[in-house]
Amino acid sequence: MTAPLLDVRGLKVAARLGDRAHPILKEVSFQIMPGEAYGLVGESGSGKSVTSLAVMGLLKKPLRVAGGEILFKGQDLLQLSKREMRRLRGNRVAMIFQEPMTALNPLSTVGRQIAEMFVLHQGKGWDEAQRLAVDALASVRVPNPDRRARNFPHQMSGGLRQRVMIAMALACNPDLLIADEPTTALDVTVQAEVLRLIKELCAERGTAVLFISHDLGVIASTCQRVGVMYSGCLVEENETQALFGDPRHEYTRGLLGALPRLGSRSQHGRQRLVDIDSIISDRSKLTETRFIAPRAAEGGQP
Amino acid sequence: MRFGFNFMLGATLTALVILAGILAPWIAPFDPVLDADLMNSELPPDATFWFGTDGQGRDVYSRILYGAQISLTVGIVSQVINSIIGVTLGMTAGYWGGWWDDLVNGLTNVMLAIPSLIFALAVMAVLGPGLPSLLIALGLTNWSWTCRIARSSTLSLKSQGYVQAAQTLGYGDLRIMFTQILPNMMGPILVMATLGMGSAVLSEAALSFLGLGIQPPFPSWGSMLTDARQLIQMAPWVAVFPGLAIFLSVLGFNLLGDGLRDSLDPHMRTRNP
Repeated sequence: MTAPLLDVRGLKVAARLGDRAHPILKEVSFQIMPGEAYGLVGESGSGKSVTSLAVMGLLKKPLRVAGGEILFKGQDLLQLSKREMRRLRGNRVAMIFQEPMTALNPLSTVGRQIAEMFVLHQGKGWDEAQRLAVDALASVRVPNPDRRARNFPHQMSGGLRQRVMIAMALACNPDLLIADEPTTALDVTVQAEVLRLIKELCAERGTAVLFISHDLGVIASTCQRVGVMYSGCLVEENETQALFGDPRHEYTRGLLGALPRLGSRSQHGRQRLVDIDSIISDRSKLTETRFIAPRAAEGGQP
Repeated sequence: MRFGFNFMLGATLTALVILAGILAPWIAPFDPVLDADLMNSELPPDATFWFGTDGQGRDVYSRILYGAQISLTVGIVSQVINSIIGVTLGMTAGYWGGWWDDLVNGLTNVMLAIPSLIFALAVMAVLGPGLPSLLIALGLTNWSWTCRIARSSTLSLKSQGYVQAAQTLGYGDLRIMFTQILPNMMGPILVMATLGMGSAVLSEAALSFLGLGIQPPFPSWGSMLTDARQLIQMAPWVAVFPGLAIFLSVLGFNLLGDGLRDSLDPHMRTRNP
């Protein structure tokens, strides 16, 4: 078996408020193999984004890593200096965001913004970087890359901007791409294109993807393995097929049950969606071992 | 971008002052310092001396043209110094936060609590009179508003998606500040600087009036007013024309700043289509 590209071991993140440290991530462990697409699902507040930010080393106060290791190619990211970490970001590990509308600087052309990646991480001159930027735009299938490179972000649609973001993230051929709900803000047709693009580009380049989403459909269509997060814990992890076919954990079953299925209503008459009481309950009431207990299934009885 | 009437008026007045300052050596009929002739002193405006002559018989019109150079230099240089200090402190304070932010905030509050003219007087008293110390004094006094605006703009820009994206793409702090934050807050900073030019011209006039600015016999609008003080009964034109010059140029700078703000602020643009 090859060594994992990213090996997160017992990662603990805590929020320091006053003199108490509230646990946010509790011993999260998972591995991503080189070239693999790994999905993290879970509801809002379950710790998906915190996990990705911890990997990037971009946790903001009051959040901080309280324990565990994040091994990237065998190197513990938590031990790296700020400068080494910065050199890694954008170069070996890149990230794309949910909001393509705001993720680009409105005052410079997209060509320049992509070119800056080459200048910053590969020490290229501006002229060459501009040429490479046009190539990068072409590789994410932006029509007329020459002309588009001279566009400002406001002249582009949401789908195009997300492509630009992907071009920037993949500019330096990173080993790992973290996609934090990259398609949530896009409409369904564009979503499908962007997903296919990420999938194909990463397969071509052998880039591993950490895919974060609350959309099970997106995860099912893109990832080989899936981890389900709930309340700061990785509650279940399995091959995508196995997880969707045979969910083991109560919460995973709840998630899948909450998914509307096409045609289910006409087949089985009035079938209700299974409801998982939608707010994560007060964290202080959760015990060390039972995270799902204080939730009500249906009818309100816990 | 649409410009309103105020902006056009402000731009015209500012352009007039700039032209007067630049072209002074060619369009001034007399030398502002050397062409003193006591025989011609305190003449009212006529065809030779358009704005009359002062107590030493120098042409007020020529002196006002040369005075524009001083006023412009003071206005522009002091605002450049102000902006550099204010933006540097405000942007780093807003971006890094923590103890540095507290320190800069404290300093800003102290500066705001001291009347700026008094502070400038103190600096001038230490450095001695003259143009360079005038520039330093005015450059050191009015950065606190710019600093506040830079800090608050940085705080709001810091949470913008592209600043966070830049962090994940491996940009260093300084690179983020200069490529992502600074260009996006240029609008308000520019407006502040333009509005500040007006008050810098006024402060220069005040300091020269008090005898701490430009030293006689060299002309500055403020020192011309000082000289005119004793003559105001007999020869009012000696005071009126420098006063008008100060008034019009400050008005011009302020209207220009206001107009810039209106055309750079998207909210204002939608309200007055």
